[in-house]
Amino acid sequence: MASKPVYLHRDPMLKKRDDFEDILEERRNSSDLRYALRCYTPVLYKGLTPCTPTQLMGMVLQSDQLHHVIKQVSKETGVTVEDVGKEAADILVEMAHRLQLSTIRFFAFTLSKVFKTLFRSVCVNEEGIQRLQQAIYEHPVVLLPSHRSYMDFLLMSYILYTYDLALPVIAAGMDFMSMKLVGEMLRMSGAFFIRRSFGGDKLYWAVFSEYVKTMLKNGLAPIEFFLEGTRSRTCKSLTPKLGLLNIVMDPFLKGEVFDVSLVPISISYERILEEVLYARELLGVPKPKESTSGLFKARKVLSEDYGSIHVYFGQPVSLRSLAESRVNRSQFNLMPRHIPTRPSKEIQSFVNYSAYRLVRAQEENMVLKPWVLVASLLLQNQAAGQRRWMALEELTEQAVWLRDLSRQFGAFLHWPDHIPPSEVVSSSLSLHQGLVRISEGRVQLALDQGLGPGEPASAEELLNQGVIVLSCASYRNQGLHVFLRPALLASAILSSSSNSKQEIFNSFSFLRNMFSNEFILCPGATIQDFEEASYLLMKTGALKMNQQDVVIMERGQRMVAFLSRVLDPFLQGYQVVCRFLCEEAAEGLTEKQFVPAVRTFIIKHLLTGGLRHAEVLSSDLQKNALAALIRLGAVQKVNGGAEKGTLKINKVMVNSLEDTLGGKLPTQKAIAARL
Amino acid sequence: MTAAHLRKPPGTDSTIPAPEEEGTVPRRRQEIMKWNGWGYSDSRFFLNEKDQVKFTGRRYSLSGAIIPGLKGWMESTFGADILHKISPAPALNSSAVQSPILYEAFLVELKSTGIPFSYDAEDRVFRAHGHCLHEIFALREGKIGRVPDIVVWPDCHNNVVKIVELACKHDVCLIPYGGGTNVSRALECPPEETRSIVSLDTSQMNRILWIDEKNLTARVEAGIIGQDLERLLDQRGFCVGHEPDSLEFSSLGGWVATRSSGMKKNIYGNIEDLVVHMKMVTPQGIIEKGFQGPRMSTGPDIHHFIMGSEGTLGVITEVTMKIRPKPEFKKYGSVVFPNFEMGVACLREIARQRCAPASIRLMDNEQFKLGYAMKPQASSVFTSFLNGLKQFYITKFKGFDPTRLCVATLLLEGNREKVLQHERQIYGIAAKFGGLAAGEENGQRGYMLTFFIAYLRDLAMDYYVIAESFETSVPWDRVLDICRNVKACIVQKCKEKGVKFPPFASCRVAQTYDTGACVYFYFGFNYRGLSSPVQVYEQVEHAAREEILANGGSLSHHHGVGKIRKEWMRETVSDVGMGMLKSVKDYVDPNNIFGSRNLL
Repeated sequence: MASKPVYLHRDPMLKKRDDFEDILEERRNSSDLRYALRCYTPVLYKGLTPCTPTQLMGMVLQSDQLHHVIKQVSKETGVTVEDVGKEAADILVEMAHRLQLSTIRFFAFTLSKVFKTLFRSVCVNEEGIQRLQQAIYEHPVVLLPSHRSYMDFLLMSYILYTYDLALPVIAAGMDFMSMKLVGEMLRMSGAFFIRRSFGGDKLYWAVFSEYVKTMLKNGLAPIEFFLEGTRSRTCKSLTPKLGLLNIVMDPFLKGEVFDVSLVPISISYERILEEVLYARELLGVPKPKESTSGLFKARKVLSEDYGSIHVYFGQPVSLRSLAESRVNRSQFNLMPRHIPTRPSKEIQSFVNYSAYRLVRAQEENMVLKPWVLVASLLLQNQAAGQRRWMALEELTEQAVWLRDLSRQFGAFLHWPDHIPPSEVVSSSLSLHQGLVRISEGRVQLALDQGLGPGEPASAEELLNQGVIVLSCASYRNQGLHVFLRPALLASAILSSSSNSKQEIFNSFSFLRNMFSNEFILCPGATIQDFEEASYLLMKTGALKMNQQDVVIMERGQRMVAFLSRVLDPFLQGYQVVCRFLCEEAAEGLTEKQFVPAVRTFIIKHLLTGGLRHAEVLSSDLQKNALAALIRLGAVQKVNGGAEKGTLKINKVMVNSLEDTLGGKLPTQKAIAARL
Repeated sequence: MTAAHLRKPPGTDSTIPAPEEEGTVPRRRQEIMKWNGWGYSDSRFFLNEKDQVKFTGRRYSLSGAIIPGLKGWMESTFGADILHKISPAPALNSSAVQSPILYEAFLVELKSTGIPFSYDAEDRVFRAHGHCLHEIFALREGKIGRVPDIVVWPDCHNNVVKIVELACKHDVCLIPYGGGTNVSRALECPPEETRSIVSLDTSQMNRILWIDEKNLTARVEAGIIGQDLERLLDQRGFCVGHEPDSLEFSSLGGWVATRSSGMKKNIYGNIEDLVVHMKMVTPQGIIEKGFQGPRMSTGPDIHHFIMGSEGTLGVITEVTMKIRPKPEFKKYGSVVFPNFEMGVACLREIARQRCAPASIRLMDNEQFKLGYAMKPQASSVFTSFLNGLKQFYITKFKGFDPTRLCVATLLLEGNREKVLQHERQIYGIAAKFGGLAAGEENGQRGYMLTFFIAYLRDLAMDYYVIAESFETSVPWDRVLDICRNVKACIVQKCKEKGVKFPPFASCRVAQTYDTGACVYFYFGFNYRGLSSPVQVYEQVEHAAREEILANGGSLSHHHGVGKIRKEWMRETVSDVGMGMLKSVKDYVDPNNIFGSRNLL
């Protein structure tokens, strides 16, 4: 008998998750006004020293940290300390929140009305709420919701108000401020505003970080921000941004607080309000500037059904236990703590590690609706080409098969088991009727816009199809994290010329490395990911593996085929980007010109039928591919010269990467594998 | 006299004879001291027939007094319960002590020197431990580990020279013994030591050799214990002013060997400021300076190899100390602050203005409550009425929260007028930080606490409570953070380790300096329901020390490293620093005769 490998991870099937409760149910049965005006007495942090927003600003302006930077800036620029101080005060006024309970009450009332119109239910795990309440009492808390919609932070505050929890202050992008009235309303509901870029501005950074740290250290309110930095247009989790996480970790690392609780929160929408907007944006129709009047025009969205929302408050992560044996905090002992220092390599990689873990936690607790599975199947069917119509029974059969598979892989799937599967599928389809076409018991994606079947004839038509495909893909993407690791393994197996485990691992590790800008793959966790993928595929009986060989079992064919198709659009996308860079890219192409140029190239190839996946039109995918190539050194970004961000392409390397993606070349043994 | 509460005022009768020539400590320590607890055999807390805590003996101001609040404090703080009592082993069972490893040739030569020695089990056990929790815990359970094989009592420098020579000749391991009050496992015999271990007890080297009134110095034998040193100098109108909390029992040589610190260092300095000259006997010979002036610029100060050497290089035999004329006036005081933060801010300001009195200490709320519980029964209805009134004034009238307020204790010394003026200055600064003068009595009781805390631990251990103290020094800006984080760390670790009752975690700012402060922690818990309490205790203490280091605190301010803190020495002094210390050890003691294995 082959030796049995020992796998350390738990069986994902056994993952215990809390039950949900619909908070709209009570709203539908009792007065919204009374709800908005009810007594609100949240549990606060035990070490809290209460202070008003104005006192808070005073504390920030008087801090040693800020004083130090003000003096430094004054010395460097020759501007008097008073004037720099005034500038700092102005920055703070522009930034600071002015949280008022009355505004929250206003939102509580209006949002109740809006939510009841838009959504069937807003479901929250109450055990998570209880854990959060305890966490808020014990330590300063940082709330880290996933970001898929503008709704997210209003929804968060709404939920916290509903459960009588301390209201958060929220880091928001400055772009909201252009909507005057709304911006101020948001400010009064706890938002504070940060400029999108202030890279070199020392003073701005100092004011900003001191403001956040002061709120955190004093436990004034839970600090809420989006690890992903921006709304994910694709519904895949985005590579986490580290700036704010760095700031909120600093007081712990420097001993100013005993611990900080980091709470990952997963918000999943059955149907996203911005669905079509996102797709357009990805296809190159620019994002409409946020404006108040624009928001009112968006009122037509109010008449549609957006299904339900699930909000899962994850297990609070203690920063202290996260840092245990990963960070040596005494490194901060030899510098006065008010002097800003660049984080050391060790700290940077710790923050990065933490960020990935937290985003993974968000992913894991993301509720998946049956539609996520149905959308995946419809997309695969569409890409298969020949027969785009699919019989409903067949779709149902496949959906049930996929339901069982995803459960085995540990997905947090909300599939109503008491309803016949065919009804589950058809109700999914009807909620997303804008994306599908049903006729005579058959279904397909709504690509032909009422025209006859056939390949699109014009770029415009193609983009219209792209909207549907990308919208659909955004739902499929919600479940990608469930299949990602097994899919990487399946692709690696199919592209390998032999059954050798070593070769397959090399290929896996190449793909994983290639796609690490595309998906949430924790840095340095290649072996764990490989083991997890192998474990899942062996557990489901798809694979047999011993020390040397990997063999696909008869019953695993279907699964492996499905999984490899999951990655197909991405593989093809990266390949086409490579081909563009080798064949078409003009000398002196800049980063800015890259997306439009590659899009034109792709449209051309889609129209000639050289490409199957309309999804590769996504600018997100194109940018990720470029970022990966830059990371791997195949493309270099040159910042000198006339044009900023000129791309210097190493065609030999790009070419070889493309070949490897196509599975034509054996992967180099570059990665030291310990198997 | 040193701390007034140590002894009854002169005139009242005393059970111990005040010896002229002989020191307080006899060769057979067991005649006056406990073998498995702190201090004098006749002095201890116990629960009387009315379930009140009483302190026995006649040595202390508290002796014979009933302390009505203490039982309640122990119950509410630790969840201790008089129904759950655990009594220590009544007497040392000599058969539990392993038989000594004796080298015949060494013994013969030792005998010929005429220096008294013994391999009696009791004598040996007494010198095998300090006062770490696990050491006392094991003794109470009657568990005895590796102990020295022989105890010798040299009574002068030359005797020490002879013993060290013999030890080198016969490859015998020497461990110097002073007062045995360490809390660093410094006296623990390394279990891996296979040679014969000789404990060199310095307690009989306890004379003042001369006093030089012109230069204000005194030559003293290093085995003298603190109370004897001060008493003998007092008779001549002088004092040294070095008062570590252990001064009743700890020795001058021990102070030097551990770099000790005294409560009144603001006037007199710490041990490194007090030593003018000293002599140490090492395997390579005798090390001393050839001069007795106030300062010199002659390369690294060789005294600093000796101070803090923790018995690893040799035996300190004689020390020339600075002395001062006895202070004419001395006054206690106290200030109540609304919270610990304000108190620390006030101490920082006092340090900034460099006007700290002889001693100033800030106790946190938990320690304030303990101090309050230590109040002896009020002597009259009027006093208790007055106390009630004071309490009412502070908590109700001034709006101080009794669960947050904390108290600073003061000790002022010197010229009467200057002391009173100084006192006004201090109260003036305190007032700016919300501090309220709270009287002499509270101040005095605060200092008293430190002398009784070790006795109190023995009582607590009778009721399943184990406790100890540890300390650190830290820059001013880190003081509040370290206090909060270390206490929180203790609470969290106890919970993690399954301690069933909330632990007692308390701290005080015990010393102030220009750039920082010394912080002293008390930590204890009720271990009922735990199978291995000492192990849990050590894990929590370990975590607390890690937390201290992570928060910018030092490995130790005055307790020393011993064996308990060795593992952190490298990060404390760097690789090169370790190499320097090691090379000194290798030169001075290549055969590891002084084999206590402390420090490095």
